[in-house]
Amino acid sequence: MLYFSKLRIFTVIIFTLVFSYFALSNFIKLDDDFFKQKINLGLDLKGGSYLLLEIDNTPVIDEKLQNKVFEIKKYFKEKSIVASNFFIEDQNIKFISTNDYEKINNLLNDKESEINPYYQKFKSHEFNVINKNDEFILELSKYGFVLLKQNSLDNAIEIVRRRVDEIGTNEPNILKRGSDRILVELPGLDDPGRIKSLLGKTANLTFQFITDNKEESFGTEKLSFEDGSEIAIVSKRIIINGDNLVDAGVRVEDTSSETVVTFNLDRVGSKKFGKATSSGIGKRLAIVLDNQILSAPIIREAIVGGAGQISGDFTFQSATDLALLLRSGALPAPLNIIEERTVGPDLGKDSIDAGILSLIIGFFLVVSFMLYKYRFFGIIANLTLIINLFLLIGVLTLFGATLTLPGIAGIILTVGMAVDANVLIFERIKEEIKKEKNTIIAFDNGYIKSRTTILDANITTLIAAIILFFMGSGPIKGFSITLGIGILTTLFSVYFIARMITAIYLIKNKNKENII
Amino acid sequence: MVKISFNKYYNFFSILSSFLIIISLLLLIFKGLNFGVDFKGGTLIEIRTSKNNANISMIRDSFKQMNLGNVNVKQFGNETDFIVKFEKKNSNDSEFIKNIKSKLSSSIGDDFNFRRVENVGPKVSSELLKSGIIAIALSLAAMLFYIWIRFEWQFSIGAILALFHDVIITLGLFSLLNLEINLSIVAAILTIVGYSMNDTVVIYDRVRENLKKYSDIKIFELSNISINETLSRTIITSATTLLALLSIYIFGGEILKGFSFAMILGVIFGTYSSIYIANPLLVKLNVSQKTIIKEED
Repeated sequence: MLYFSKLRIFTVIIFTLVFSYFALSNFIKLDDDFFKQKINLGLDLKGGSYLLLEIDNTPVIDEKLQNKVFEIKKYFKEKSIVASNFFIEDQNIKFISTNDYEKINNLLNDKESEINPYYQKFKSHEFNVINKNDEFILELSKYGFVLLKQNSLDNAIEIVRRRVDEIGTNEPNILKRGSDRILVELPGLDDPGRIKSLLGKTANLTFQFITDNKEESFGTEKLSFEDGSEIAIVSKRIIINGDNLVDAGVRVEDTSSETVVTFNLDRVGSKKFGKATSSGIGKRLAIVLDNQILSAPIIREAIVGGAGQISGDFTFQSATDLALLLRSGALPAPLNIIEERTVGPDLGKDSIDAGILSLIIGFFLVVSFMLYKYRFFGIIANLTLIINLFLLIGVLTLFGATLTLPGIAGIILTVGMAVDANVLIFERIKEEIKKEKNTIIAFDNGYIKSRTTILDANITTLIAAIILFFMGSGPIKGFSITLGIGILTTLFSVYFIARMITAIYLIKNKNKENII
Repeated sequence: MVKISFNKYYNFFSILSSFLIIISLLLLIFKGLNFGVDFKGGTLIEIRTSKNNANISMIRDSFKQMNLGNVNVKQFGNETDFIVKFEKKNSNDSEFIKNIKSKLSSSIGDDFNFRRVENVGPKVSSELLKSGIIAIALSLAAMLFYIWIRFEWQFSIGAILALFHDVIITLGLFSLLNLEINLSIVAAILTIVGYSMNDTVVIYDRVRENLKKYSDIKIFELSNISINETLSRTIITSATTLLALLSIYIFGGEILKGFSFAMILGVIFGTYSSIYIANPLLVKLNVSQKTIIKEED
């Protein structure tokens, strides 16, 4: 069929022009709103840091279990239920009850249970209850666990975001990955040292009294000073913690030129702090960060008004970092950096240059080869190839796909493989012309007979690209995107554009011999 | 049309290919693959030095003194660029890279920079390896499925064996030459799978068409006709793809070298296998006009 409806021609042209416009806006450097859309470059091309963080949820689980034990004990007391020997082992809560065995069992398995909430959505309790004789074992159920992890991930990602924002890097990208991972992409950052040290700290700040009395009602713990100079016995009673802070900053003292971190407390915090300091004059107040004592000044007078300062062995940088950590809040659990990839900006630029150079050379080689092999039809194939490239880059730009170095390789590979469809068609037309005198029928047959083959051939590559897209990570994903979109634009350009051009040529040269 | 008797050599190449597959498998089993940081875990640093301040042995010595486990240093493209790989990965220590930098500068001076740092923990590397293997297995399965609905079972076997042949021999060569296997090689292998399949399908489509067209020609001869009929397409497409890949290999920078090399091997093997694995198998499996007719009834 050599006839194309005007509508179809119009649509194809508009389609091509629109995508060519988006493709062109990558190359035209005008301070113009018209050409403002640019392709998204991956970190391997523009340089930057990629960090994959994993939450170590053990402390979150421990805390949850401890709180649960506390809650159960309190609840039992209110209901006059007798249970004893509470302890936590292997992330299970265990306790014994001989007399109220039945009662407890009902309480824990009741859908309205106050101490073991039932999640309608998952058809599961927070804890699974196992009992042997008079012993109860509570273990977090699958969904209890999922919710806990989810919560901890949500909290952590928020804190990570605040910390990264505080540093003020350019367009950071912070995303959840799975149930306990956070991906942080920091374009343009070639030394992630500082950000790693900031993300590596939980920043759990507490104020606790140092005590000599080992029989403290809250219990005591042995903590060492940050500089390792001293080990102190600290009461487990937490006067205030980081949650009570509303602001933190850095100040250099005029007199001693010592750098200190200043902070302001919220109303509740100020009250507690004032009360504790007025009753504790003469005692040493330990300022504890992540289980290490930063400093432990002696309280000389009650601190009211909610403003205070932390002195320690700070440099200006470390004080600034601490203030930043205190402002952004504590992480629910420690984060481990399990994968890190950093590309410097000069390597990124070199990669772009090399990628573009090899694209140009590859393109030139393929185009020359096609011209040599097919003469006039080579021109058609090459024209199709150029339009195909424009479409491919245009689609990538419009949909904000990320171009990586392997992605550029995918474009070059598309250049090499895209001619396949045209070659299949041309070869077929050649064969048909030998059998069929009427070139127009031969042309049509060529298209029809090669169609299934072309579809088969492209679908197989498309399958590989799709699997790669879902299984691959980072730069490889970029490859699968360009490869996959390349196949689609190839099919479009071959069946709509090349076919139209060929048809026009054939109609004009109907009676010529040896047209292919 | 040029007519080459490809079918004369079916037996010879079948034996050669079987031999190569066995050697590749032996290499993969006994020598194994040289997994990069992506799959083995550890640290990779790409260093650019100035022209006259460092040579490879200075860098190697300097890193060996840092207690980083097994250290591997090699030149990377330019004579001023080096890749250092070592087992130790200490991403949590924010001073880790800084310390390495300062220790290195004490032995080769300050005139260098780290162009790229990759640090992959054991958990991530084993996950990446697992998902790489799954991706390749999945793509083979997907191809099998596709070819199974599009063609008769004899064709499916031929196409899939051709794919295995290409993947195994490419990996075997990587093992033999001790080339690094990283994420981009997995991408290359998947693309090879797609390409090889593509090539096989083009010839198979023609075989099937010819089975319908000629009722009295045996598959041995028929496959040869089909190969010849599609030969100029096979050559042109392989040539343009290879030209594009060569351009990446030569001009695309060091990072894409392994990827483009694997792809070049894959395209060559893929083209070869669609002629000399996929077709002899059709003969062995006694494909005939009946195979097609049965299907259409």
